[in-house]
Amino acid sequence: MNVISKFHGFVASSSGKSGPASLPAEDISTNSNGPKQDSLFDDDPEDLFAEATEEVSLDSPERDVLLSDGPSPAITPITPPTSVITPRIGLAHDDMFTHSSFDEIEEEEGGDSFDIHIAVSDPEKVGDGMNAYMAYKVTTKTSLSLFKTDEFSVKRRFSDFLGLHSKLASKYLHIGYIVPPAPEKSIVGMTKVKVGKEDQSSNEFVEKRRSALERYLMRTVKHPILLKDPDVLQFLESSELPRAVSTQALSSAGLLRMVNKAADAVNKMTIKMNESDAWFEEKQQHFENLDVQLRKLHASVESLVCHRKELSVNTAQFAKSAAMLGNSEDHTALSRALSQLAEVEEKIDQLHQDQANADFYLFSELLGDYVRLITAVKGVFDHRMKTWQKWQDSQLLLQKKREAEAKLQFTNKPDKLQQAKDEIKELEGKVQQGERDFEQISKTIRKEVSRFEKERVKDFKTIIIKYLESLVQTQQQLIKYWEAFLPEAKAIS
Amino acid sequence: VWCMMGYVCLCTDATLQVDISDALSERDKVKFTVHTKSTLPNFKQNEFSVVRQHEEFIWLHDSFVENEDYAGYIIPPAPPRPDFDASREKLQKLGEGEGSMTKEEFTKMKQELEAEYLAIFKKTVAMHEVFLCRVAAHPVLRKDLNFHVFLEYNQDLSVRGKNKKEKLEDFFKNVVKSADGVLVAGVKDVDDFFEHEKTFLLEYHNRVKDASAKSDRMIRSHKNAADDINRIASSLYSLGTQDSTDVCKYEHTHKIEARVAADEDLKLADLLKYYLRESQAAKDLLYRRSRSLVDYENANKALDKARAKNRDVLQAETSQQLCCHKFEKISESAKQELIDFKTRRVAAFRKNLVELAELELKHAKVKGLVTVRSR
Repeated sequence: MNVISKFHGFVASSSGKSGPASLPAEDISTNSNGPKQDSLFDDDPEDLFAEATEEVSLDSPERDVLLSDGPSPAITPITPPTSVITPRIGLAHDDMFTHSSFDEIEEEEGGDSFDIHIAVSDPEKVGDGMNAYMAYKVTTKTSLSLFKTDEFSVKRRFSDFLGLHSKLASKYLHIGYIVPPAPEKSIVGMTKVKVGKEDQSSNEFVEKRRSALERYLMRTVKHPILLKDPDVLQFLESSELPRAVSTQALSSAGLLRMVNKAADAVNKMTIKMNESDAWFEEKQQHFENLDVQLRKLHASVESLVCHRKELSVNTAQFAKSAAMLGNSEDHTALSRALSQLAEVEEKIDQLHQDQANADFYLFSELLGDYVRLITAVKGVFDHRMKTWQKWQDSQLLLQKKREAEAKLQFTNKPDKLQQAKDEIKELEGKVQQGERDFEQISKTIRKEVSRFEKERVKDFKTIIIKYLESLVQTQQQLIKYWEAFLPEAKAIS
Repeated sequence: VWCMMGYVCLCTDATLQVDISDALSERDKVKFTVHTKSTLPNFKQNEFSVVRQHEEFIWLHDSFVENEDYAGYIIPPAPPRPDFDASREKLQKLGEGEGSMTKEEFTKMKQELEAEYLAIFKKTVAMHEVFLCRVAAHPVLRKDLNFHVFLEYNQDLSVRGKNKKEKLEDFFKNVVKSADGVLVAGVKDVDDFFEHEKTFLLEYHNRVKDASAKSDRMIRSHKNAADDINRIASSLYSLGTQDSTDVCKYEHTHKIEARVAADEDLKLADLLKYYLRESQAAKDLLYRRSRSLVDYENANKALDKARAKNRDVLQAETSQQLCCHKFEKISESAKQELIDFKTRRVAAFRKNLVELAELELKHAKVKGLVTVRSR
């Protein structure tokens, strides 16, 4: 039946199943979900996790997804790529986590400019009926030595993107990296496309998706760690990609929902983490606020897009009406002027439409991306909490074991005593690892947050400028139209 | 004077000048201070003011409509009832939602709603003023006794709004009129001028109605978009991702969009609304003329009958002469009125379309400047 396991996020709990080739011995995570721990906790009346148990069965479909279908190892546990490791584990001072370590990485890349550009294009319908899907061309242009050639392209479908995301999430989220969420699934949108409805709304849907996929990839490769991940490289370069089968049930939204559920579970825990580091508390609050504000802003922009589209429709209708009025006007010059007015309004209607599109694609979609990104950020903070919790639990367990061992000293059971001593040794290792994990994730998060904030400010600034430029364009067109109309109006005698 | 008439307002004619010098908005009514300057001997003083409410304007308008002597004139359309309900509702909603927004947001929204209220207020004042100006400018109506009483009598005119019975009577009168209107429209007029005017006005009125409705919708969408931009600007500001100069520019865009919408409202929507009412008044004139023509034709028939029977011939002759005289009088003045209507209409459209274009250009140019500098 279902084995209820403690929900430790996307930790390599699958390791038990797929048995990867090599795992460093210190990888505690493989043991974290073993049945051994379960029984230990179940007996304990003071089980701290009692309330926090997230019921995720080992057999649930969501978890299957985390099992990578591809050849890449299912887990890359707590040994991140070497270039990121700095030997300063255990030091919790803020000043240590300056940009310097981050800059080091960037310098190592040898890139003073970020030189990779990905385009998603040429959506093509493949197949028929409900089994049809859209294939997109993913073109990479780069001068980074990481890649085999300068320019190459592959064909990918939406589930491939989801598969990539789920692999990255399973590898990196739990150690504190902010993995960009993949675009949302849309059953309605896709069904229309599959059924072959060639109308404007399905075209808009495909374009919206194409644009979202492109942003997703760019955001992913902008991350210096993710860029070097073999799954990412394979996604971009390899002509054949094994189908990510289990993405039917799961989208990044689903993944994030699970993160949030876990987050809520963590919050319900009676023990509050002793936040010795004010930075984290402050940042968490900051992201909560940011979440609220971004959602509000997103709602306003969506409202604007809607009203602008309405304005466009109404302007077109007014234009027609003005033309009719001009027709019935029996004063010739006024009649002509009214017809001219109608033409101007018609052109303006087109302008409004274009502006609405700009509003949407530039602004609204970016905001949507960031709302989802913030959820990922919050998830990462929660993983840190869980890591801390794990460490604390190991410590508590160690203490108990020590007490038990001390008691055993007075009994005449040498085997039990030895067993206890062995367990203690193991636990000591675990505790050390727990502490290391916690330090590591804290450090990673600091870097990630600083990178995220920089990106965010940059992204928003870029978009605002582009948006304002589009407004300027609109204004210039308006000037042209009204300047052409003015003499006609003056010519009425 | 903010005139929809287009040509120089005859309100500046020294013999009789009327304007609304002040207005007070109370909870459920507006009090207009009607100010008159006149050299006419009819008035006790040369300059005086009275306070009037909307119902009293309507009373004056209706007294013109009901006066047979004025059948041959386009009666200046009555001003629309002051309607602050929507604005008041918005202000109330704002007050209720005060807790859910920041102080800056609240103050900003309050200022905007107050500005909107003020704009509606100014408009209603202008509409009432235009009505009075039109009356004062009309060579015959300006001499009307009720008009003088309206201007001078410094007590309340005690004109209550129509009671239910009277409203019902009006309703039936209108029903009869529209049924008649159909009848009348079908009869081809002997006179080419009036035949043309009839065809023209029927179509024109409908098209103005449509254009007025569509322009209202367009402007409402424009205002909605401007409101959204305002909200976005405040959100951006509180996000703090942008430095304040960028956000100010964005906010500027909003203010200008709002102003564009307001100007379009003024120059376009109000123009169309006014000419909707004027064209209706012109149609009413044609209707009255047709009615008198029908009466005249009926009187002719009655006279023939009387002559044939040799009974009540004198009576029939008198009646027929009266009808003929009435019809000719109406036709003569109607012709002039309709010609004037066209002149006024063309001038008003010209003025407002030119001003609309100039304002749109002004706003577009400023906006462009604002955003270019932000680069």
